[in-house]
Amino acid sequence: MSEKFENEMKLEFLSKSSNEAFARIAVAAFASQLDPSIEELADIKTAVSEAVTNSIIHGYENKTGMVKIIGKLIDNKIILEISDSGKGIENIDVAKEPLYTTKPNLERSGMGFTIMESFMDKVEVESILDIGTKVTMEKKIKKEDLLKEESKCTSQDELIHATNE
Amino acid sequence: MESKFYEEDKLLVLKIVDEIDECSAQKIRREADYEIKRYMPRKVVFDFDSVTFMDSAGIGLILGRYKFVNILGGKLEVANLTESVRKIFEMSGLLRLIPIANLAS
Repeated sequence: MSEKFENEMKLEFLSKSSNEAFARIAVAAFASQLDPSIEELADIKTAVSEAVTNSIIHGYENKTGMVKIIGKLIDNKIILEISDSGKGIENIDVAKEPLYTTKPNLERSGMGFTIMESFMDKVEVESILDIGTKVTMEKKIKKEDLLKEESKCTSQDELIHATNE
Repeated sequence: MESKFYEEDKLLVLKIVDEIDECSAQKIRREADYEIKRYMPRKVVFDFDSVTFMDSAGIGLILGRYKFVNILGGKLEVANLTESVRKIFEMSGLLRLIPIANLAS
């Protein structure tokens, strides 16, 4: 009965800051298949927004490039890979420090990685100068309701099977 | 953004009616600075009642306005923080600097 729930999606868009809202809303719609709480969904949206903003304003520095998101749902866990082909991060440890920013003139707070790390269960950053940056994040969605099975859309095969019984 | 100025108290209430991210923060910043320069208020209150989303761009936005209002000799407060907005402000230490105002939503 309790089969592993798996799904995957890929999203690619231009590095325009007007796409930040599109990215987090698309990921939230995908994540909602796991029935997250409102708070969990807000956490995911915020973390996505931070990573995508980093790619756009630091990775590409407002030049044009593509930002890519790969999303995976495995059981009750969401895994997100957000990557760009921008200029890369020189020192990841320094970049992750709270309040560190290379762009204080843009009123950037330097809290992006801190927020990602506290809103998600796991955050990994890989970066190569002039090649790009990839942020991989994971969050477990707590199961609390028994209605989960019913709220999932049934596939065509399952429907036919159920009708034949 | 909706702005309301109370002459007798020299109070400017700026109600943000938008999601706050890097994209929208630029617009909100311009509008807020314009209103602040226009009224030269003694106190500015940012009302978050209608903010459905905010990321770290909101920290920079409020911190920047805090400094600006301070230079002009005024005070800045925030009001009607939603749960997710409060979480982000608390994480940044912003609420140790900026008081929460009582404002009917």
